[in-house]
Amino acid sequence: MELELLLLSLGILEKALITATFLGILCGMLGTFIVLRKIALIGDAISHSILPGIVLGFIISTALGLNRDPTVILISALLVGLFSIAVVRKIETTTRVKSDAALGVILSGFFGVGLFMKSSLKPFMESASGIQSYLFGNIATVSNGDFYTLIITGLILIILTIVFLRPLLLVSFDPQYARSIGFPKTFLNLLFYTILTLTIVVSVQAVGVILISALLIIPASSAFLLTDRKLPMIFISMSIGGISGLVGAIASISTKGINLPSGATMTLVAASLFFLAYFFAPGHGVFSKWLNHRSISLEIAIDNALKSFFRQLEPSQVFSSSIEVKTFLESSDYNDKKSLLFLKKIDSLGFIKLADSSLTLTEKGRKRAEKIVRNHRLWELYLASQADYKPDHVHDDAEIMEHILDEQTIRELENELGNPKTDPHGKPIPQP
Amino acid sequence: MLEFLTHPFKTDPNAIWYILMAFSVALPCAVIGCFLILRKMALVGDAISHSVLPGIVIAFLIVKDLSSPWLLVGATLSGLAVSILIELIHTKTRIKQDAAIGISFTTLFALGILLISVFVDKQTDLHVDCIISGDLSHIIFYQKVNFLGVLVPQPILQSSLIAVVFLIGFFIFYRILVISSFDSTLAATLGIKPKVVHFSLMGILSLLAVNAFQSVGAILVIAILILPAVSAFLCTQKLKIMLILSVTHAALSSVLGFYLFSYFDCSYAAAMVVAGLSLMLLCWLLGPADGMLWKWKRRLFYKDTLNLEIQNQVD
Repeated sequence: MELELLLLSLGILEKALITATFLGILCGMLGTFIVLRKIALIGDAISHSILPGIVLGFIISTALGLNRDPTVILISALLVGLFSIAVVRKIETTTRVKSDAALGVILSGFFGVGLFMKSSLKPFMESASGIQSYLFGNIATVSNGDFYTLIITGLILIILTIVFLRPLLLVSFDPQYARSIGFPKTFLNLLFYTILTLTIVVSVQAVGVILISALLIIPASSAFLLTDRKLPMIFISMSIGGISGLVGAIASISTKGINLPSGATMTLVAASLFFLAYFFAPGHGVFSKWLNHRSISLEIAIDNALKSFFRQLEPSQVFSSSIEVKTFLESSDYNDKKSLLFLKKIDSLGFIKLADSSLTLTEKGRKRAEKIVRNHRLWELYLASQADYKPDHVHDDAEIMEHILDEQTIRELENELGNPKTDPHGKPIPQP
Repeated sequence: MLEFLTHPFKTDPNAIWYILMAFSVALPCAVIGCFLILRKMALVGDAISHSVLPGIVIAFLIVKDLSSPWLLVGATLSGLAVSILIELIHTKTRIKQDAAIGISFTTLFALGILLISVFVDKQTDLHVDCIISGDLSHIIFYQKVNFLGVLVPQPILQSSLIAVVFLIGFFIFYRILVISSFDSTLAATLGIKPKVVHFSLMGILSLLAVNAFQSVGAILVIAILILPAVSAFLCTQKLKIMLILSVTHAALSSVLGFYLFSYFDCSYAAAMVVAGLSLMLLCWLLGPADGMLWKWKRRLFYKDTLNLEIQNQVD
């Protein structure tokens, strides 16, 4: 009761901001599950399918004389939403129709039925001003009763999800294992879809039917790019959802006179955050991947250059003598300017000493070159002696593996091969 | 009974226009819908029908005319933009295709809504309401054009023209479309580029979506794209028959939708979808290829023969 009084004492502005942030957090949490379950568009299907339920709720509550009672609408929308998922599953299992087409059919079919009911029952709908905000969402129209229902339902949903977190995660990722250790799969799925449908029903009024799936999918997808672990993903997704909601609501309210639709502003904030993650997420972002690829390419190029210097000096065994820069430029795939820049780069890293027309390997450079040549020849020997490769077929494979082999694997190879001294071509394997 | 059927036509002089409009919009959608569900792209259709919005709005803001062909150009461009966006998200990262679809179309749709609410004043037809449900029954208020001596409302002429051009193109490229949809390897060896086919299909889809947009609204476009095709798919396993059935479904739901519209005084687009959904449920129950009824019957039959076998074994 105290909570109710506190909630109802808030001003319109505070209510709108709290609603938006809260919905963002709630949708971010549920979104993690649907993105990871690869059923991202189920949210879209549910949000469209509940329209007949909402219209029905309006009719029933008007008929009961309750004048737009949020609880009645919530229950009838929930039932219709669950029914629509059941029909989608039934179509998938009893016919050849694929899940995307089944979703499309139910989404549009149910929505059509809802519009049909709404437009043919115009007299009933006169009082149903709230239906309009169902379509596009408007935070400013969230009434006191709606606000209270929303906060209470949302809190219950979050608590339910936390209580059942482990079973819900397990049944999402490894249904077979979940069943084998005795988790009631049907009950958990029903629970999951009930929570999801209720989340959508309470959010729809503020966000709108189409953009609700944005709030479900976009924060969770951003989180999916930012982390590989499930619990952090849920928290990141909730935070991104909350931020999108808050910033979106501020943008929607602060533009006086125009009244931007809150669903659209929240979606665009979430989308901007997503595109930041898309480019810059460490590990999975496009830009980070490109940087990573570039640095690996550089490492490989350094390996190859040092290896070629080593090979030139190998016959004489005098690794301190100088090498003509010209020879490197001629053998390089790039033009002289690029190759010289590249040599300066490895000079600055301390692998070689670059003079006007010649260069010498430093101690550090020789060590690295020896390691690569060693990796290369050990791998050749391994392929030739253990994997039945012909000695003249092993080079190309070793060219790739020499950059990848780590210390641990090299130790194992040595033990396997009995600390060999020469490769299949009779060349000595450099010893560390 | 006969009175029941003829009554709406007698009372409404525009009946034939309504049905013609609905059918000319639904016909090309029913055809292309078959390929969408065969290529498992049903929800890409949904995505495109929402994403054409910013293209339409931007084109409208430039030309300030709702009937300008530039709106079609803008819509096609933003339809292509969303298909590129989807590809970029799900090929460059580990995000799955369905999530990529969800991200792309909601973002573009939000952009469109925002543009409308900021730049477009409320007096024009480009109102958020018509995005949701369209307004098929408004067509008769449009200016009429003389076509071969008959006064035809302009939108009907436009969508019939689009339907005819679409069908001609469809017959010319039929083989290419079929080969690339069923056997992409064979298509590649024959020199058909899958990317080109994919993006052409997306372009045409955007064009049809914006054409349908005006009459049925963004959300119900997916209904006239997929409902006929899925119903036909439940009835047959042959592509040609499926195409014919799909078009038949579109025609039937246009006519039945008109009856619902006339008796319940509701939105025509919604009535059309309700009719289409009912036909689809009928196909699910009775469809020769996938109907539940035949499956039950077969199961009963097998159960009987199996019981008989067991009985014989026991004896």
